[in-house]
Amino acid sequence: MKHVLALLAVLLTMAMPALAVSPDEMLADPQLEQRARDISAGLRCLVCQNQSIDDSDADLARDLRVLVRERLVAGDSDAEVEQYLVDRYGEYVLLNPRFNQHTILLWIAAPVLFIIGALGLLLARRPSTKNGSLTDEERAVLAALEDKPPER
Amino acid sequence: MSIELGHFALILAFAIAVVSAVGGLALWRRGPRLAQVLGQAAILQFVLVALAFLALVQAFVVSDFSLKLAVDNSHSLKPLIFKISGVWGNHEGSLLLWILILVLFGALVAAFGRRLPADLLNLVLGTQSLLTAAFAGFALFTSNPFARLPSAPFEGTDLNPILQDVGLAIHPPLLYAGYVGFSICFSFAIAALISGRIDQAWARWVRPWTMLSWVFLTLGIAMGSYWAYYELGWGGWWFWDPVENASFMPWLAGTALLHSALVMEKRNALKIWTVFLSIITFSLSLLGTFLVRSGILTSVHTFASDPTRGLVILSILAVLIGGAFALFALRAGALRQGGLFAPVSREGALILNNLFLATAVGAILVGTLYPLLLDALTGTTISVGAPFFNLTFGALMAPLLLVLPFGPLLAWKRADLLAAAQRLVGAAALTLFLTILISALGGVSISMAPIGLLLGFWVSFGSVAEVIERSRLGRIPLRDSLRRLIGLPRSIWSTALGHLGLGLTVLGIVSVTAWESERVTTLNPGETTQLAGYSIAFDSFGTVAGPNYMAETGFFTVTAPDGGLANLEAERRIYAASGMPTTEAAIQTYGLSQLYLQLGEPIDDTHVVRIWHKPYILLIWIGALVMSGAGVLSLTDRRLRVGAPRPSARSLPEPAE
Repeated sequence: MKHVLALLAVLLTMAMPALAVSPDEMLADPQLEQRARDISAGLRCLVCQNQSIDDSDADLARDLRVLVRERLVAGDSDAEVEQYLVDRYGEYVLLNPRFNQHTILLWIAAPVLFIIGALGLLLARRPSTKNGSLTDEERAVLAALEDKPPER
Repeated sequence: MSIELGHFALILAFAIAVVSAVGGLALWRRGPRLAQVLGQAAILQFVLVALAFLALVQAFVVSDFSLKLAVDNSHSLKPLIFKISGVWGNHEGSLLLWILILVLFGALVAAFGRRLPADLLNLVLGTQSLLTAAFAGFALFTSNPFARLPSAPFEGTDLNPILQDVGLAIHPPLLYAGYVGFSICFSFAIAALISGRIDQAWARWVRPWTMLSWVFLTLGIAMGSYWAYYELGWGGWWFWDPVENASFMPWLAGTALLHSALVMEKRNALKIWTVFLSIITFSLSLLGTFLVRSGILTSVHTFASDPTRGLVILSILAVLIGGAFALFALRAGALRQGGLFAPVSREGALILNNLFLATAVGAILVGTLYPLLLDALTGTTISVGAPFFNLTFGALMAPLLLVLPFGPLLAWKRADLLAAAQRLVGAAALTLFLTILISALGGVSISMAPIGLLLGFWVSFGSVAEVIERSRLGRIPLRDSLRRLIGLPRSIWSTALGHLGLGLTVLGIVSVTAWESERVTTLNPGETTQLAGYSIAFDSFGTVAGPNYMAETGFFTVTAPDGGLANLEAERRIYAASGMPTTEAAIQTYGLSQLYLQLGEPIDDTHVVRIWHKPYILLIWIGALVMSGAGVLSLTDRRLRVGAPRPSARSLPEPAE
């Protein structure tokens, strides 16, 4: 059902299944147009399901695409265009969340989980080696056994 | 009449499930006689739910519009296959399909599990019945698919047009088989925790079920991805949408489970972790199926559901998942660990695999739920989209892919890393050569492309390195090499193929991400445009009537660089019943690459046409097919003994510790 839901969701919010960027919106300067595309891919279509304005067909997405291009033509840098939209629509518009006090947990989640896992593994190993349940003699026997060719 | 029979059968199945659950979980020490009763009850549950499901299918096929569900989701003019798939294209019907697969797996355990220790079987079937009772109860009390209308309309309101596709016929059943199959692992884990007994026989039993579910889930996700690719019409194949993440997390956890169960089966180690993963994997499957229905993920849940329904499903999830983890916390200490090994060993490599996969699951879970939690706690709304997931997931997968080829070359218990590295020298050289060559020829459009290529080739070549070495290709006559290849154990083949499939998928992803080209233009009939060496001519435009829609069709002729001609038709459809418009992209396959053509809204009197060239995109799904094939191959390995094992001294369950 996952994609069914995704498909439905996407569909229901579309005004019309027109398509994303139209030729009439595009800028004549290919370099500027490419920057517009790159910025658009990171901006959320606010009325859509997890779609960027570059992919979306909604009217609002079209308005935003035009807005992005207007700012670029006016000479804004990529960051300035982004900030311009954040000022108006909030950080919700950014598909890639910024690193700040609200998102710090989000950004550090993966590394922290990894470190916890790795530490857990190290700690889990310790008892088996430090247990002291093996005498030196037993260790020697074990080592000899382990040096034998591994079983398949 | 048949609808009432179906309804009655579902009620009966629910009642039997309740009794089986109580009996199995409370009286599990009663041994073989109880097991016999529970086994028969499990098969009976399947027969009854199958009857209920067939009654529903029948109502859809004959367009019985006194059934509310059929009115809401069917139409008499719809092609037969879409009438049938429409049964599960909605909340109530898909829930019944879910339950059907659940009881099917229960019946399979009952049928093939006669050799299991009776106590274990009682607990497994009891847990399985508990799940059936919970979800059949949920269906009956809040989402009854058999509700009738007092006065039947003449015509149904039709299924959402975008769902009228073979994708809906195949994708949900595959995905559900994957999700629900993990319930068996869950039930086995609960049984191990309650009885306090777990041994290698347990792992030998759990692994085939995990493998089977994993194969279904792999196919289901790949199928869904391809469906979204050709149906949604902008050529994307993965969106990191919450619903996709919800299916991807159980897949990652299931992959980890496959590998940890291997360690447990072969070396009797990682027991607690394997039990934990079994619970996690099914819990994520439950989240995947039902969180989207609960109304919590409002952005993606579209099967209209009232708040009570969401509350009920959340309570069921909380009790099942919370109960399982509480049991785990109480009882995990009673399970004895075994099997010592050095850090550099096959076990060590598989643990590393689990560390990366489990972290990836955690990261995706956090990324998916974070915006909801932040909004609920602080009122701040943020988006977590594709860029975040690509970065986080990529950073976790890159090191995993880098070490992956070493794993199968390491010996159990203690291994020689240097020796393994020496056996990979050839693969490494070939990988470097191809990466440099392709980066030089293809141009580096994004900085990550060479790294991606490197990883993709490395995993692909590294996985087959062992097979090639064992065949002693080039050192002995070809005929002898082939004989050696055929004689290799299936487990070696399935490992190599599974990893090769992953490598192919990575290569497809890298290729299409880095070297896709796109052309958006206005075009009129008679005009021609160019893209990536292909020449695309817009021949004509016309209106065509389908069975339950009208289509505006553009006819195109594509000339490939080698001069080959192909005719393409791209459509924009309006469905009669719903008035809903959809687009049908035209896709032409050239080898492993595709040309994807989409007819857009007209501007003034000209047509907007979007064309993408997607180099080697088919590798993404071919890789998934190869992975699934490897899983099937592994299931046919005698040593896994799926199904009824032939009596032999070695297949007897080992005594409990």
